[in-house]
Amino acid sequence: MQTAKDEKHGRERLQRIIEMCMAIETHAVDPFTLDVEDIIKVIKEYFPDWKKPEDLNLDAETIHHLASVIKLQSEWVKHRSTSLYADPFLLEEKITQTPKEDIMGIFLRSWHPIVELEQITLCSLAEALRYWETLVPISERWKEFAFNEVGAGTATRDELIKQRILSDKVFSEEMETFWQELKLKVANKGKDGKILYWDFIGGESYEETVERAFMTSFLITYGYATLEIRPLEEQIFIIPFEKPLSKIGTQQGVSIPISVTFDSWQKWKRGELD
Amino acid sequence: MSKRKGVYAAKVKRATHMLFYRKHQKPGVKGWELRKALGADYPKVLDVLDDYLKNLDLQVKTVFEEEKTPVQKPSLEELDKARFYVTLRGDLTPKESKMIGWRIDDLAGLAMTISYIISKRGQAPRKDVEDLLGEKLPDWKIGLNIDRYIRYGYLTQDDNAQLYLDWRTRAEVDQKTLIDMLLNVEAQQQSVSESMDEESDDKEAEPEKQEEP
Repeated sequence: MQTAKDEKHGRERLQRIIEMCMAIETHAVDPFTLDVEDIIKVIKEYFPDWKKPEDLNLDAETIHHLASVIKLQSEWVKHRSTSLYADPFLLEEKITQTPKEDIMGIFLRSWHPIVELEQITLCSLAEALRYWETLVPISERWKEFAFNEVGAGTATRDELIKQRILSDKVFSEEMETFWQELKLKVANKGKDGKILYWDFIGGESYEETVERAFMTSFLITYGYATLEIRPLEEQIFIIPFEKPLSKIGTQQGVSIPISVTFDSWQKWKRGELD
Repeated sequence: MSKRKGVYAAKVKRATHMLFYRKHQKPGVKGWELRKALGADYPKVLDVLDDYLKNLDLQVKTVFEEEKTPVQKPSLEELDKARFYVTLRGDLTPKESKMIGWRIDDLAGLAMTISYIISKRGQAPRKDVEDLLGEKLPDWKIGLNIDRYIRYGYLTQDDNAQLYLDWRTRAEVDQKTLIDMLLNVEAQQQSVSESMDEESDDKEAEPEKQEEP
């Protein structure tokens, strides 16, 4: 049985191995500086005593990094066996020792630059001219927009309501009315004190539906109602509360995204959305 | 001219247009594009074109995807994924390299950088390359040159400032020949110096303008 001290020591050793492997993975260290057999011995030594998930995690992470190093070692061996391999030190030495004129001369013998043409042809010129002839003058293409300058003025509350910038009711009043409507609908059309989400938010137009979905989200957020989700049946119900709950801010809420797309609305209208 | 020959002549012409004129941001044409334009026998068309180009010291160069050059005859699928270019078949003299807009310093820097990256298995930290170039090039030029090599497509750089060889090196540089020649540099030096001597005569007559940083 390991003591707490041994465990700490073991964790530190694994951590050091991981760091070493990571240095190799970033090509900062030669992959063969790591003796894989020794590392496996260390991992084996501590493995039977790991009980906590975080220790087992550390063990798995060490194995994972060790596998990456072995892969790098194998790539290194493969590269050395190819005809392209050249001892980097020897090559570096050659590069630094050789005058740049000679290097350039050598490079020129192995360099076969791409050949390209950049030339206008008679055919493309003719086509360009035809295009030019049919091109509408810029003054016609980019006509200036005529606009009337209007001075800054004031708007009355009635005007803002008319433009739907302000609502004719205070928001809390609106929500109260909406809540009553929900309760009424559940009583008339609902079952077991709840109603299908789409049966409540669905309106005559898509715009109305989105507006109702928006209001419903506030009903739920402010504790006037709640949602019942049945993932298997893919059904969502709204359940109104008799009295608003005052839990807002006291506990962590959960956000539930519900997609209210035009397609879904059409399906609901056709009665295909249950 | 037989009908078959006529068809091939037309296809060779079309292939020439596609390969010489750049259609995309990068030069060259993908195999599948050639197949679409010339038909399934496009490898044969390219062989005919390559034969024509031989007399002009040019060649049709095939660069296979991810540098996986097939050991045997490439399959149609491999050819479709490959990229085709027209490149110089032989090599350039130092004088000619100037004609295509390269200064001797820049070209030597490119040669050193490519060789160094090859020796480091295709990847090297930019800092190491800068140090290497710094031994023979002025400091102000090093960064500019590396950026230029990247812009031209000889090199690419990742977020960790590691440099890799890019598409143009794969298309234009015979990496094996370069490394072999560098390793045998002593044996070569004599012949290279001789060709450089010829160049220096020209240089004296017409001194090269220095680029400003």
